Amino acid sequence: MSKAVIAALKERFPEAVHDVYEGVGGDDCAFVEKDAIAEVCRHLKEKLSFDLAPYITAVDYLGESPRFEVVYNLLSIPTRARIRLRVKVPEGPEGVVASVTGVWRGADWFERYCFDMYGIRFSGHPDLRRLLMYEEFEGYPLRKDYPLKGRQPLVPERQVDDIFRGPGPAGRD
Amino acid sequence: MSSEIEVVPAITTRREDALSGLQGLVAKGLGWARKYSLFQYPFVTACCGMEYMTVASARYDVDRFGAALPRFSPRQADLLMVVGTVNCKQAPILRRVYEQMAEPKWVVAFGVCASSGGFYDNYATVQGIDRIVPVDVYIPGCPPRPEQVLDGIMLLQAKIQGQPHKLIDRAAAVAGGERKPLPPGDLGPEER
Repeated sequence: MSKAVIAALKERFPEAVHDVYEGVGGDDCAFVEKDAIAEVCRHLKEKLSFDLAPYITAVDYLGESPRFEVVYNLLSIPTRARIRLRVKVPEGPEGVVASVTGVWRGADWFERYCFDMYGIRFSGHPDLRRLLMYEEFEGYPLRKDYPLKGRQPLVPERQVDDIFRGPGPAGRD
Repeated sequence: MSSEIEVVPAITTRREDALSGLQGLVAKGLGWARKYSLFQYPFVTACCGMEYMTVASARYDVDRFGAALPRFSPRQADLLMVVGTVNCKQAPILRRVYEQMAEPKWVVAFGVCASSGGFYDNYATVQGIDRIVPVDVYIPGCPPRPEQVLDGIMLLQAKIQGQPHKLIDRAAAVAGGERKPLPPGDLGPEER
């Protein structure tokens, strides 16, 4: 079923959809060009009955170009079909993806999560703020080049002399 | 306001001796009263909360130790139980709750995450709540067995019994009942 969906998608958007493959677990996957993702998603929602976006996330491939990837996991409740779309996103000012909140309202927090953790911006998003971290937090914690223990405490921490946990906030991280 | 000599005596007289003996008795009585009426504020953030409920319910029954009634206002509580992981975003809330509690107050770090951060050694988690507020008793375990919690409460009771308690806190009375605000990095002496 999903293979038919991908084939229909490939026929409808021959330029934008490429590198179709069957992923681990049997979901059918495809790469989509960054500029076409909103259009592809709208077509999936309206014509192919993909009425749910259960999970949208991002991946950081540090050292590759383009560096990031946004992954859209989509589900069609009437046909029970699942597909996965992957969008390559470069780093820097051109790394902006069109938001799909206009297609699925529930994509709101997923895109905020991607912005919070990876710094990927979504154009057309109604309220692009951090989702989990606080506003004072600098950097994007799930990027591969973020320091592993890069804590940014909101209140000044007390000095703790502990041989197991180290000398405290000043001498750690 | 009382004079300087009354507050800090240079020579210990027989009167001072007698007074300190009386104060020892008062401290003992107050300690006995306070250790068996621990009103706790449960700052429950994570899965240790399930174990906390077990401790509070009938089988393990923390009421036997006089610590049964959770108060959901820090103004009415004198034992802050930090149950679960505290992350950097929550640290100001924890500190504020601690500051809102009236003296005398004690803090228990319940579980390994509250004690040391546990295995959440990452960008988001405070590595032990003693980085934020002073802690009296650490209870290890992920989550701790109810017996461990009861042991921790008994340790805290022993600690409370040994502390100097006063009917009137002279330091506060001399300052006209007005406490100086704590400096931001320090919440008072370590030995409380």
